[in-house]
Amino acid sequence: MIHVNSNYCKGCLLCMEYCPKKVYVKSEKLSKKGVFPPEVKYPENCIKCHLCELMCPDFAIIVEDKDDK
Amino acid sequence: MLPTIFCTGCGIGSVMNFSLRAIHDLNIDMNKTVFVSGIGCSSRVPGYIYSDGLHSLHGRAIAYATGVKLANPELKVIVFTGDGDCGAIGGNHFLHAIRRNVDITVISINNFIYGMTGGQVAPTTPLKSKTTTTPYGNIEYPIDLSMTAKVIGAPYVARWTTAHPVQCINSIKKALQKTGFSFVEVLSPCPTSYGRLNKMGTALDLTKHFKESTINVKLYEKMLAEGKTTDKMVIGDLVDIEKEDFNTKYKKFCGELK
Repeated sequence: MIHVNSNYCKGCLLCMEYCPKKVYVKSEKLSKKGVFPPEVKYPENCIKCHLCELMCPDFAIIVEDKDDK
Repeated sequence: MLPTIFCTGCGIGSVMNFSLRAIHDLNIDMNKTVFVSGIGCSSRVPGYIYSDGLHSLHGRAIAYATGVKLANPELKVIVFTGDGDCGAIGGNHFLHAIRRNVDITVISINNFIYGMTGGQVAPTTPLKSKTTTTPYGNIEYPIDLSMTAKVIGAPYVARWTTAHPVQCINSIKKALQKTGFSFVEVLSPCPTSYGRLNKMGTALDLTKHFKESTINVKLYEKMLAEGKTTDKMVIGDLVDIEKEDFNTKYKKFCGELK
């Protein structure tokens, strides 16, 4: 499960660039901050490498190791 | 406190992220940790950390940290400093803290410019780079902070960029475990000042540029052995030696006098 906090996100899109499996796409909706945050479009591709979590300068992404089923 | 006040794509948030992860992985007691910073964008970091902190004068972060460490050697002292703070105004303190070998960890966030005050030329600004005070390009040779630390004799020196998160976390862990002066320099993108004035684009382009314009120290040594040279910046664990730190020396010295 990937959580993106759109209130913290400033739209630098480093997560989108550094995700090896291209899980994210740029959202088409503006967030409250006035930026286009990343949207988790293909969560099934995620390999839990936590690279997006590491690269995010704004602490906006949390990747849970266990999926809720 | 969150979201942070840093600009979009600024690397300081990433460095804060790396440092906190390293501290978490090592199970360091936050009640016995002090974060010290000077003035600048990078020095905003201790404000976001739930721990004791000291937001000191411009360039004097390492001087304050030395005082904290000598007054209470049990504390773990971590200094967040920028390139201007560490290399220009606090350059003297930086040199003499290394010479003294005080047991502190200095994490220097190098974005090649004075970001907070509007993008003036810094001592680390590369040749020909444009800043607000050098609109036709910089003509001064830049200082290399890591190599300076290496030459003066710091026991641990590492340099990484924000595009190398895992390696950077490992280096910060090593630096925190080291007794003696440990220095980690992180090259960080500044899209608002440096990127905009030099037409280098957003944080994405800047991190790509960092990946292209740096070379790992192991590869560099191989190249040197083959007789080749390169203009690229050397990254990696540059120095890792054992050296007696100031506090143990001071204690020994006091014992001898009795």
